[in-house]
Parts: sequence; C-alpha cells; structure tokens
Amino acid sequence: MAEPAKNRIIDEGLDTGKERLTQERIDKVINQVLSGETGARLKAYMDTCVHCGLCSETCPYYLSYGRDPKLSPAGKVRRTMGEILKRKGKVDPDFIRQASEVASTECNVCKRCAMYCPFGVDSAYILLVIRRICHLCGVTPLYIQDTAHSHSVTQNQMWVKEDEWIDTLQWQEEDAREELPDLRIPLDKEGADFMYSVIGPEPKFLAGLLYQAAYIFNVAGCDWTMPSMPGWDNSDMAMFTGDNEIMGRNKKFHYEAAQKLKVKRIVMGECGHAFRSVYDVGNRWLAWANPPVPMVHAIDFYHELLSTGKIKIKEKYKKSVTIHDPCNVIRGRGLHDKLRYVIHELCENVIEMHPNREHNYCCNAGGGVINCGPPFKNKRVMGNKVKAKQCADTGAEILITPCHNCHSGMEDIVLYYKLDMHVKFISDIMYEVMEKPEV
Amino acid sequence: MADSANWDWEIGDKLVSDIKEWKASYNWVEEPYVSPDGEKVAAIVNTDEAEFNVCVNGKAWEIEEPFEKAWSLKFSPDGRLTALVSADMAWTVAVDGELWEEASDYVWDKQFSEDGKTIAVAAQQEGSYLMIKDDTPWESGFSFITCMTMSPDGKNTAASAQAVAFGQAEVFKFQEGCFTAAANGNAWGRNFVNVWNMAFSPDGTKLAAEVRLNLYDYTIAVNGKPWEQIFGCVWAPIFHSDKGTVIAPVRTAGAWTMAEDGNIIWDSKFAQVWHQKISPDGKKLAAIVAKGFGSWTVAVDGKAWDITFCDMVTDLTFSPDSSRVGCVGKEGDKYAIAIDGSEWDNSFDMAWGPVFSPDSKNVAAKVEKDGKYTIAVNGKLWQRMCEQAWEPVFSPDGSKILCRTVEDGVCYRRVVSINEMI
Repeated sequence: MAEPAKNRIIDEGLDTGKERLTQERIDKVINQVLSGETGARLKAYMDTCVHCGLCSETCPYYLSYGRDPKLSPAGKVRRTMGEILKRKGKVDPDFIRQASEVASTECNVCKRCAMYCPFGVDSAYILLVIRRICHLCGVTPLYIQDTAHSHSVTQNQMWVKEDEWIDTLQWQEEDAREELPDLRIPLDKEGADFMYSVIGPEPKFLAGLLYQAAYIFNVAGCDWTMPSMPGWDNSDMAMFTGDNEIMGRNKKFHYEAAQKLKVKRIVMGECGHAFRSVYDVGNRWLAWANPPVPMVHAIDFYHELLSTGKIKIKEKYKKSVTIHDPCNVIRGRGLHDKLRYVIHELCENVIEMHPNREHNYCCNAGGGVINCGPPFKNKRVMGNKVKAKQCADTGAEILITPCHNCHSGMEDIVLYYKLDMHVKFISDIMYEVMEKPEV
Repeated sequence: MADSANWDWEIGDKLVSDIKEWKASYNWVEEPYVSPDGEKVAAIVNTDEAEFNVCVNGKAWEIEEPFEKAWSLKFSPDGRLTALVSADMAWTVAVDGELWEEASDYVWDKQFSEDGKTIAVAAQQEGSYLMIKDDTPWESGFSFITCMTMSPDGKNTAASAQAVAFGQAEVFKFQEGCFTAAANGNAWGRNFVNVWNMAFSPDGTKLAAEVRLNLYDYTIAVNGKPWEQIFGCVWAPIFHSDKGTVIAPVRTAGAWTMAEDGNIIWDSKFAQVWHQKISPDGKKLAAIVAKGFGSWTVAVDGKAWDITFCDMVTDLTFSPDSSRVGCVGKEGDKYAIAIDGSEWDNSFDMAWGPVFSPDSKNVAAKVEKDGKYTIAVNGKLWQRMCEQAWEPVFSPDGSKILCRTVEDGVCYRRVVSINEMI
C-alpha cells in the first residue's frame, strides 16, 4: 500500500515561514478570515458535513494512498478547518505549517468531492480558505509562493519580462512565416474580434504553442490580436496561494488589456486553472459578476473553427488517443461534449477512459499542487495511481488534454508509472492534421 | 491634446488616400492609422521577405534600408508618425521616417506627452532596463522595470524598478522589499515588496505609487514615503490638479472607498472603486464604482448614479466645463454610452469613450453596429456606416465634427456640421 512520505518533507517556504510566524499574527489572521472574509457558506459546510464518507471514494489521494481516511476530503477538512474551529482559533505555527501542507499539496481543489457530496459540501472551498489563512500567516510552499511573487511583479507566472514577451511573439511570427509567408501575430490591434491570451510557460519554454495558434488563426482567417502590455497571461497561482489581492490585480490587468483593445471577446489557450481564475474566481473578487469581456476557452473556440468549416481536416490523426478531461473546464464549465466533438473531428481512433467527462479524476497537478515544485513531486505522483490505472486501461498511444497543468502532471504520471503513451495538446494534433494552404 | 485650431474646418469631404491601391505595391498592408487632423493615413507595409516600411498616403518613408521589423505605428497628438523599428539588428524609434540615434536591444511601451511633443519608450540595453525620452536615455538602468509612465507635460518619466537582486525562489528576500520607483532614472531611497502604477504631481516634484509593504499590507507612497494608513488593497493614485494632494481608491474591511493623503474622504462604500478622475475645474472627483456584485456605475463625489450596468463600465470622461460626466457601459453583448446617469437610446456592438464638445453641450463617440463603424452624436447615429472610423474630433467652436473613416478601402476626411448629426 502506498503511503504519503513518512519523512517530513522539507520546504523552505513552509519551514522558514513557520519559524517567522508569531502567535499574535495567527490570532489576528484567523479572526480576520473567519469573522471578516467568510460567513454563512463556511458555517453551512462545516455544520452540515456528517462525515458520511461518500466524498472519500471521489478523491484520487484517498484512493491512491490505500484509502487512508486522513486523505479523504472530509478528513483533510477535519485536520485543518475542523481543528481551527474546535480549538476556537487557538492553533500554533506548527499547526499552520501542517495545515498549509495539507491544503496546498494534498488537495487539488478539483471539486470532484463536492459533486458527489449529498449535501453539496465544497471541501475545495474550505481548503482554499485554509490556504488564505496560511498566506496571511506567510506560510506557503516555496515554489508556488515564488510564482505568486512573479505574478505580483510581472503579471505573469514565469518572471517573463515585458520585452521578452513581445520579442518571443515576433520571433514565432518570423519563424512561422517560413511556412506561411504572410502570417501575422497582430500586436495591440484595436477593435479586433478577439484577444488571444496564454499562460506564462508558453513564451518561456513552449513557444511552439504560440506558433501553432498563430498558424491556425491565420489559416482560419481570424481577426485577432495579442496585447504587448502586461495582462497577456491569464494564469493565476495567486488564486491558489490565497493571495486574493494579487489574484484580483492580475485579473484587472488581464481584462483591462482587452478593454483597451476594444475586442469583443478573449480566446484563451489550453489551460484549465486559468479559466477558473478568469471566468469564476478572479473576476468575481473584483465585483465583475461575469467576465466583463466574454471569455472563450480553446475547446470552445476549436469547436467553433471546426463546426463552421474555418479549419478543415486533411486526414484524421491515426494513432489511438484518449482524453483526459481537465476539471476546471469540464466540471467547472461543462465543455466535455464540445471537447469530444473536437477530438473526434481530429482523430480516427478515440478510446474513452473511465470514469470520464465531469466524473473524471483530477490529474493531481491542478489546484497549484504541481506548482509547489520538486519537494512534493513524489507525493503528488504517488497520489495519482488511480489516474495511471485509468490511462493504462485505455491502451491508447496518445493522451490529449487541453490544460497546461494537466499536461505537465500527466507527463509525470506517464513517466513514473511507465505508461506507453505520449501527452499532447489539442493544438498539437490540429496543427498536424489540418488542411494547410499551399504556398 | 492636439491643437486643432489650425486644421482645415471647412465643411466637406476629402479623399485622403485609396488604401486599396497600396496593396498592389506591397506584399501586405497592415491595419491603417489616421493622423489626428485626418490629413494622413499610414500603415506598416511588407516590401519583401523580412523587409518592412511605413506607407503614408500611398508613399513609403524614404529610408536607407528597409526595417527588419516594425510595430506600434501611432500618430503622436501633434501629428508626427512614429513606429518602433528594428534596423541593423537594433531597435529604436522612427519618427516621420527619421530614426533616433539611441539604439537598444528592445524598445516598447511608447508614450506621448499630452501635447505630443515628447515621446518616451521603455528600453532594454544589454540586460539593463531604462526609459528613453526624446532619444535621451536615463543615466542608469535597472535589472527590471515595469509600470512605465510619463507625466502629462512630458517633463518626467518613471517606472517601478528592481533595486535589489534576488535569485530563483528567494521568496523571503523578495518579501524584504526589492522594488522601488525610479523617477527619471533616480530610485527612491526606500524599497517595497511591490511598486505599481504611479503618477507625478502637476509640478513634477512628487511621484506617488501603489506599494505593498509585506504580503498583505497595501498603501500609497509619495516620493518613497508611505501613507501612515494601511489598507487591504489600493489602486492607482492620482494627484489633485489644484491642491496637490494624492487621491487613491482603497479597500478597507472588505469594501472600497476613496482616500486623500491617507484619509477616507467618501462616506459611501462600494464593491469596487477605480479609475478616479478630477474634473478640469478641480472641484469634483468621479470614479467607476460597483454598487454591488455585478452592478457597475459612476460615482461623483461618492454619490453613485442610479443607472447600473451588469458587466462593466469604462472610459470615464469629464466634460471640459466639469459639469458633465460620461462613460461606456456594457450589459450582456451590448455597449452603451451613459451621460450624467442617463443611457443613450441606442446600444452598440462596441463603443469607444465619449468625446465632449468644447462647450460641453454635445457628446460624440465612435461606435460599432452590425459590423460597421460610425459616429454617434448625442445618441443619434451618423448615416455613414464605415469599414473603419476613428474617434470623432469637435471643431474648436463645437459646431462641426471631424470624421475620419475608411469606406470601401478609401480613407476619407469628412468635416460635418453638428446640425447634420443631431
């Protein structure tokens, strides 16, 4: 039976944060969060949970670690918020450190448990409140804290400097012109139909995705633009560290870039958590009930390109593929049928994994867990044996997932469990099989 | 602000250039831009493989060598045509076809002074980040700058700058404060965790910015000195044009309101407050506010309009006489113009910020409807629906409107009597 690492995981963010934390600060933070930032929702969840255990079977950590009750959603809530309430907020720095580790590295806030809970208790919400408390106490895992700092300075998650961003777009544009000579990545084109937004890793080390997107949009005849100014990155690790103020600031930059450009909508790349931030969480922290500028996920947009014939398929992809449904755009937005339409349009041999659609297990990278970095990698990967089995059972050669965190997380799963498959984005396949103009 | 007194205000139409004809001379013609006076239309053009130039009224700039790259084509408010260009593997600013001498590894974020006479850009030179104003760089650079700004009179430039180096994932060093503000390249003597969006005082002697003191305390700092009051969050400060005080939206106890020099000045609290503006006469303070979740409007001196928009409000504008306020509001797929709390009857697929006439009596705006662009005046649509239109300009006496348009690929300059449009 797999078990979480018995040796305490060393993490400078947690350990040094704990050393610097005072009892006075803990008291102030817990009072601030419980009295000022939460209310009926938290109380209803905490008072309603009857510890029936139905949430347990929904959680990949619980299932992968030998059905350890401590790792069930209710168990994780009990070890964190449950203890805070039981002790009337009188918890010490050691507790905060432990609670931070539980909330940030043992839960993907994927909301699968909330879907199965007969009372609708949203354990993810409760654990995000714990992350908020830990952020205000300065006790957050090192690597995701660094990412939140990047967001605060650069408004992107990879410390990409402003010139590097624009230069990368122009470099990809130049490269792509060897294939399509009049291709453009239009910068700051006011009044375009849509602004295309991506996440920090794309210009940092996945620039080929920018190339592919530009190629697809140019062939489809789209009227599009990308902003040269900060706000181009839709991602948001601050949302997952509980730094709501930096989350809000980033979303303000993002939507104000679109407002300045007077675009009708924002089309975003293949990312799940970013969608959650721009569509559900970050916008609402700013009092925007809806995305102020309509937000379209890549799945939705590819569906539009294929169903309207703007992109035509030359020959479907031959290798067998399976689909990993990203939690934030499937459970969070219900794009599962459109995802299947897109994949079936592109691929000849699609093998479903089970369970699927909104019932799918999380990749275990989401919710900021992969961003907690190397100290927690083994714990994360071992915590998703259930996902590895799901994938292996399909026998597929290719796993498609339209989400960056899922993509990275699934690559780790494939490697660790020695699965004979490769992970791809939709755009990888679309670019490969689409009809391309002769030049 | 462009001085339009010397422009041609004779009522009538002028064909500026047939952009369709340009296309025969180039591989491609990028999106056109029109000069403030409407006399010139320009676009970046591709002349050969990896070779670019700028075409103005059908004539290319006379340059020694084509540019390797060109972007950010913009007319300055005083009518000069500018672009950011790469020539001989170095980036610089091109103004009416003349290149600045200062070459950089990259330049971006071009800004103009209000009168257009001063141009500034952010630049990266051998890994050092700085600003260049009218071809003169800051004396020293930083390892990183962001939130670049120039004072409206063009005399001063500033940016948030990294003052202390930190390595990958050195989060606690970062939290000690590694960022400052640099005014004209000179750093404040104090560092903060973060420094964002700044503004110069009217006399240019003070620089105010949003700062984060630790992971969770926010305030405004002026010349490096933070306000005594701490807030849960703050947004960009402005200086009062007459009093010289600093005014910023602040979040306290989960609600937003307005503060002046650290003290709360509005009794009302909102779900959001931002983009505040002082009226030209200095007597009123307006801001975009959310009265509640998804309930956006404008508040003047803390009093919100009754009308609200569920999606957003942008482009807050005071009339020249300070008596009126306008904005763009969005509800579902439709954009509207609202003036003094009343929405125009027409709604649009997109709307640009309202433009008041010099006497403040009339309001015009560029709008998009059914895929075409036009000008709306006091809510009424001009009869011409165009492929492209630019924001309207009132004549100095307010009796005419300059409409700059592209129709069937041809750029026109049309001076129209206001009586024809209302």
